[in-house]
Amino acid sequence: MTAQAASAPAGTRLKALKRITFVDVVLWALRVIVVVVVVGGTIGTFVKGTYTTAQWVDFFMFGLTIGGVYALIALGYTMVYGILRLINFAHGDITMAGAFSAYFLASSLDRAGTLDAFPLLAMLAIMALAMGVCAGIALIVEHICYRPFRHVKSLAPLICAIGASFFLQHAFRGMYGSTIRSYPDPEWMKGRLDLFGFEIPVVQPIVILTALGAMLFLYLIVQKTRMGTAMRAVSEDRDAAALMGIDVNKVIIFTFILGGCMAGIGGVLYCFVYKQIYYFTGFFPGIKAFCAAVLGGIGNIPGAMVGGFFLGVVESVGPALFLDGIGITAPYQLRDLIAFTMLVMILIFRPQGILGERLASQRA
Amino acid sequence: MAVLEADNLHVFYGNIHALRGLSLEVGKDEIVTLIGANGAGKTTTLNTISSILAPAEGEVRFEGDALTDVPPHDVVGRGIVQVPEGRRIFGRLTVGENLRMGAFLRTGKREVRQSEEHVLTMFPVLRERIRQVAGTLSGGEQQMLAMARGLMSKPRVLLLDEPSMGLAPMLVETIFEAVLAIRNEGVPVLLVEQNAFMALQIADRGYVVETGEIVLEGPGRELLENDEVKRAYLG
Ligand SMILES: Nc1ncnc2c1ncn2[C@@H]1O[C@H](COP(=O)(O)OP(=O)(O)OP(=O)(O)O)[C@@H](O)[C@H]1O
Ligand SMILES: [Mg+2]
Repeated sequence: MTAQAASAPAGTRLKALKRITFVDVVLWALRVIVVVVVVGGTIGTFVKGTYTTAQWVDFFMFGLTIGGVYALIALGYTMVYGILRLINFAHGDITMAGAFSAYFLASSLDRAGTLDAFPLLAMLAIMALAMGVCAGIALIVEHICYRPFRHVKSLAPLICAIGASFFLQHAFRGMYGSTIRSYPDPEWMKGRLDLFGFEIPVVQPIVILTALGAMLFLYLIVQKTRMGTAMRAVSEDRDAAALMGIDVNKVIIFTFILGGCMAGIGGVLYCFVYKQIYYFTGFFPGIKAFCAAVLGGIGNIPGAMVGGFFLGVVESVGPALFLDGIGITAPYQLRDLIAFTMLVMILIFRPQGILGERLASQRA
Repeated sequence: MAVLEADNLHVFYGNIHALRGLSLEVGKDEIVTLIGANGAGKTTTLNTISSILAPAEGEVRFEGDALTDVPPHDVVGRGIVQVPEGRRIFGRLTVGENLRMGAFLRTGKREVRQSEEHVLTMFPVLRERIRQVAGTLSGGEQQMLAMARGLMSKPRVLLLDEPSMGLAPMLVETIFEAVLAIRNEGVPVLLVEQNAFMALQIADRGYVVETGEIVLEGPGRELLENDEVKRAYLG
């Protein structure tokens, strides 16, 4: 090919031009648009100088906060994908189910004054309940939607998962109606805190540190324990793992429990950030966490953690940084757009994610 | 009495009739080899013994007990351990973690550590690489790791699927010496090999499989002299 190009450059160039398809043009246009928006927007924003440093710190800290939540939920997607090679689309609603159940405990503890009197104990109880519910429902979903299809190559598990997702939403809607309920807001969570001269809401470090703690705990389980190592072995080669005496079913159950626990913590934290819950609450964090998992490389555990924080920060800082500069008013309403643009861009240009293996082996 | 018996196995992949009434047995302190062309059904036989595949007809017996409906991990628990074709080590785990996965079902830290010491003495290269990620080992080292990992589960019978595949002659030698050493420790071995010459030399008995059936069996030495075997497998 190169030899040809040297001997007949004009002809080859023509051929090369012909090989550029419409899709290529669109993809390049996409790249250019994104770069223009990001670079142009950033410059524009700083030239205008609308935002103070304190505001940037605000955006960034909120991004880390919500990013921690995304990371926790993303872990469930990524671990299940690692083991079963499928996306658990019910995961967002499993998260909602846990947070919704915990809401009843949280509000009764709040009314009884326990949430203010013994914050740590009350929070532990609330989290434990959410974790239990999430893990339990995750196991039921696994049993009904995934297990029967484990040896069949079909779309059935995916369709089942979407069905389970709607089922959970509408079950909660049926039981508790569609009114938005407000999550308790205890006194100790309302204050503000001084961080290097910047004031941040107390709830932010609480969420970030809890998320980091949970992730550290998970990481130790996966890296250091016998079951955790077995999990990594099964995700690499299921049959070989079975030949080592590893009960693959147990490992799958273990994985869903771990993912459910992380989702339980993530869901409760999410609700304490936004202070509300209703049957649809699981959808957005669920789909954002899925983005985060893809961003970090689906199947990759550290990737999900990094992806979560990354997505959180970009969608929080992004509207002001990129969109305000190009003259979009009220850019903050467009932060979901940023998140999903990132998902699409990653799927098109780097399907294996920042750290991970390929989701689609080739672009169609 | 035979330790391991496969009795009249019929196995299908969809419509493909891969094993057609295959029977074989492995006795105490024996090295038994199963040789045959590509696609003859050797791996299928081992996977049926390991319960990865279920026979449509026939059964596998271990020390007299049928293994019908015993899941693969329980087969390992009973002591039938397979080192699969193509090594199948866990490339993202460290060498040490791979070994620990081999000992997954074993309790008793002290004994597991003894086993680890034992396999590391058998394959000293692994000792230097114990913290290395297994995917970065060379092909030969990976094969040694695969065997060491299998030995970590303290097998009572070991199934080896083409352990010499793709290895330099020197390493093949090492692997075959290890097979002899394993047998001499009292673990019978069922050895599947492409390298029929080497396999028949160390084997007590051999089976020749063709399209899912045993067509010839006998002591290793005898098969080495057999004209058909010479023509088809020894070149
Ligand atoms: N997963 C499968 N699906 C369908 N057919 C299969 C499958 N695995 C093996 N077969 C077929 O079953 C037959 C026996 O295969 P098997 O892998 O047991 O051969 P083998 O003797 O181990 O060969 P080799 O020496 O190449 O490893 C072959 O015809 C093969 O094509
Ligand atoms: Mg084979």
